[in-house]
Amino acid sequence: MTDSTAALLARPELALADDALVLSHRLGEWAGHAPVLEEEVALANIALDLLGQARALYGELGDEDELAYLREERQFRNCQLTEQPNGDFATTIVRQLFFSRWQELLYGQLTDRPLAVKAVKEVAYHRDHAEHWTLRLGDGTPESHERAQRAVDDLWRYTGELFQPLEGLTVEGHPVDWDTLRVSWDGYVADVLDRATLRVPESPRQSGWRAGAGRQGLHTESFGRMLAEMQHLHRSHPGARW
Amino acid sequence: MSSDWPLWEVFVRGRRGLSHTHAGSLHAPDAEMALRNARDLYTRRSEGVSIWVVPASVITASSPDEKDPFFEPASDKAYRHPTFYEVPEGVRNL
Repeated sequence: MTDSTAALLARPELALADDALVLSHRLGEWAGHAPVLEEEVALANIALDLLGQARALYGELGDEDELAYLREERQFRNCQLTEQPNGDFATTIVRQLFFSRWQELLYGQLTDRPLAVKAVKEVAYHRDHAEHWTLRLGDGTPESHERAQRAVDDLWRYTGELFQPLEGLTVEGHPVDWDTLRVSWDGYVADVLDRATLRVPESPRQSGWRAGAGRQGLHTESFGRMLAEMQHLHRSHPGARW
Repeated sequence: MSSDWPLWEVFVRGRRGLSHTHAGSLHAPDAEMALRNARDLYTRRSEGVSIWVVPASVITASSPDEKDPFFEPASDKAYRHPTFYEVPEGVRNL
């Protein structure tokens, strides 16, 4: 790895862009498979918002196609939460709730970045959509409740990584206030889960080997397959255009 | 699954000063979700400033069989039609 690549991979903007791109791709996987047409459109809209955010951020760092399609798995800096497979609808919704609330709080702090100021409105809607579904699934039928609780329990271990400070991410020269962010996130998530009759897990937020390595380029098993599918076209036909 | 959900009619107000106009319909489990689905389906390109959703089941519609008594009044009473007024120039949405 050259020095310039190492410097690029250390940019906090790259982590934010990778979060958005990877989650966008995951949501896009619902196309043609969502439980109802209305939700398919809703998830695709969220995916497109995230894709737009990723493109804007990549544009600040270099060539967007190169960054999205020609990096190896270990060079992606997204948090592991975003790459988790869609699972059932409850898993997708809980993943979105956890991520969108974090993104809303973080982007809300980045008041000196026009990109974040614009994105935070989109993200507030993503969070609202996920919140409404969490309430309905948690407080719905016994089956939807069970699936929602399982999703919360399964994804909980990936939430610790969200609050690891992204080195170099500043607001008007000061570092982001990660403690405030975590406290707000905890309070919000506990409130939504409570209203949805779901339990906040007591299990740790990091698994034994420290989940949280997504920011260091260590990803979970399914990410490689997702990346292969996402990058296949560009790698097979460099420069292909619609 | 979609068929288990009630049908909602969506009305969108394009901009301030206009009335809500029927935009289409969709399925949703309840009013709050219907509003969100309507936002995603019908207002994604900044078309609206306000959305109404109405359960399709509460709409009482005229029947096609009653078309004539409903919609074809005798047209010989010219005074019923406001055709004697000049519309001032520049007035839109009248």
